[in-house]
Amino acid sequence: MDKATVKKVATLARLHVTEEEQEKYAAQLGGIFKWIEQMSEVNTDNVKPLSSVIDLPTPLRKDEVTDGGIQDDILANAPEAVEGFFVVPKVVE
Amino acid sequence: MTNLTHLTIAEALDALKKKDFTAKELTEAHVKATSEFRHLNAYVTETPEIAVEQAEASDKRRAKGEAGLLEGIPLAIKDLYCTKGVRTTASSKILENFIPTYDSTVSGNLMRDGAIMLGKTSLDEFAMGSSNTTSAYGNVINPWKRSTGDNADLVPGGSSGGSAAIVAARAAMGSTGTDTGGSIRQPASFCGIAGIKPTYGRCSRWGIIAFASSLDQAGPFARTVEDCAIMLQSMSGYDPKDSTSANQPVPDFRAALSGSIKGLRVGIPKEYNVDGLPAEIAKLWEQGKDWLRSEGAEIIDVSLPHSKYALPVYYILAPAECSSNLARYDGVRYGLRVEGKDLTETYEKTRAQGFGNEVKRRIMIGTYVLSAGYYDAYYTKAQKIRRLIAEDFAKAYEKCDVLLSPTAPSAAFAIGENEDDPVKMYLNDVFTIPASLAGLPGMSVPAGMSSDGLPLGLQIIGKPWDEATVLRVGHVIEKAAAITALPAMLMKKAA
Repeated sequence: MDKATVKKVATLARLHVTEEEQEKYAAQLGGIFKWIEQMSEVNTDNVKPLSSVIDLPTPLRKDEVTDGGIQDDILANAPEAVEGFFVVPKVVE
Repeated sequence: MTNLTHLTIAEALDALKKKDFTAKELTEAHVKATSEFRHLNAYVTETPEIAVEQAEASDKRRAKGEAGLLEGIPLAIKDLYCTKGVRTTASSKILENFIPTYDSTVSGNLMRDGAIMLGKTSLDEFAMGSSNTTSAYGNVINPWKRSTGDNADLVPGGSSGGSAAIVAARAAMGSTGTDTGGSIRQPASFCGIAGIKPTYGRCSRWGIIAFASSLDQAGPFARTVEDCAIMLQSMSGYDPKDSTSANQPVPDFRAALSGSIKGLRVGIPKEYNVDGLPAEIAKLWEQGKDWLRSEGAEIIDVSLPHSKYALPVYYILAPAECSSNLARYDGVRYGLRVEGKDLTETYEKTRAQGFGNEVKRRIMIGTYVLSAGYYDAYYTKAQKIRRLIAEDFAKAYEKCDVLLSPTAPSAAFAIGENEDDPVKMYLNDVFTIPASLAGLPGMSVPAGMSSDGLPLGLQIIGKPWDEATVLRVGHVIEKAAAITALPAMLMKKAA
């Protein structure tokens, strides 16, 4: 794994990564992926990917409001909130 | 009066019932012990006032004849469980000031049943780690020391290190943990206590800060198997708020302990006899087989052929899920915000400063394996091998009822060891991760001591929904091992 890949992945993950960290991640992640490569030894032809270990049907419920009216709770931990809204940096010029 | 902090939960419940002491007295003894063991750094937040208030309320409930299953029992709660009005950090700087407006279902269940909260215990940041050295609030220290006299501070294991250390130190009667790849079982082994990860879906994940949602499970730590059974009873049960919570009947776990294991078929996975397994751990494993055999169990060799791939599979799937789950920490709705020149820079700076190194490393791994061009080679491939691993267990269970293995490949190591090489650190979980991938219940029980005087655990892995048998086998091992050793710092205190 090279620095350019690390930089691209960091952008996708919205993580600011310094030049020095790019170097470090390239080495560490390279080592981890080398170790992970052993997965290729396993023949997985005709094997279905497993995403949930519990073999139970997805529960269905009525589509109705069961909760709400908790605007203050929702905003209680916001870094910045004004008049019932979350405040973010300006995104439209 | 007896030393209240050395009682088991079962003993304390009996004594509270007989009015030998009050919940307030029991709680105050634990609050005092908490302050005496502050150097272990087991808590992110202590809540002594809440504890005493809850204890007074508990005594009133008991007086009215309304005692719950855990009435008056002081517990520690892992700081990954949201607690209403009490700061919940996941041991991360990004949630340093996060105060939930609700309780997680599982911690709520414990409080509903009369338990008392002593505080919120430290963990590896967002539960990512095996040593509790990735917390933004400092390392947690294991109360045990090597008997060789080197006096090095040892790790409590992770991720639920604070929860395990504080129970081992007799400053909480039990605690909650979460286990994604071994985060209950490995710290239990390192700290010489019992801990069980139930079947995936047994305990609700609602209100527990997510790491890897297809693997995360809540479970208890306590000093005895019986105490784990009592706590698990309270923590279990269907919750419509978690779509992966299973609507399964919850058996009486404590009652299950009294059954016999005569004729029980105990499988020994041959692949767990890994290269370089220390001789004393291999010996303990043999000892465990002998104990079960002498109680009438049948020991059977089984094979879990894909075991060696469990770690790489886990280190694809868990980071992938973590990178998705942790996308929510964007500095907008809760948590830290570091202002940038625009929204993107605000995200990038917030996350760079809010997350620690291990969390960032895993987000990077996860983002990479989910990115275009790599998704099938890594993520889908790992999901396919996960199925093969789960099928290995299903095949083994055609021949046996439970599996027995060591919990971890070593005793607790010193803080700083294994730090330079992430892969070496990941190998700690070699025996616990396969069962996590298959969603199976697993328990660690104290079974022996290493040559340098540290506790070692054995792991029992069960069939889906069969925690009862896991607990029963654990109880047999616990009785046979009959460990009485205490961390030296506790003996000094008692003397």
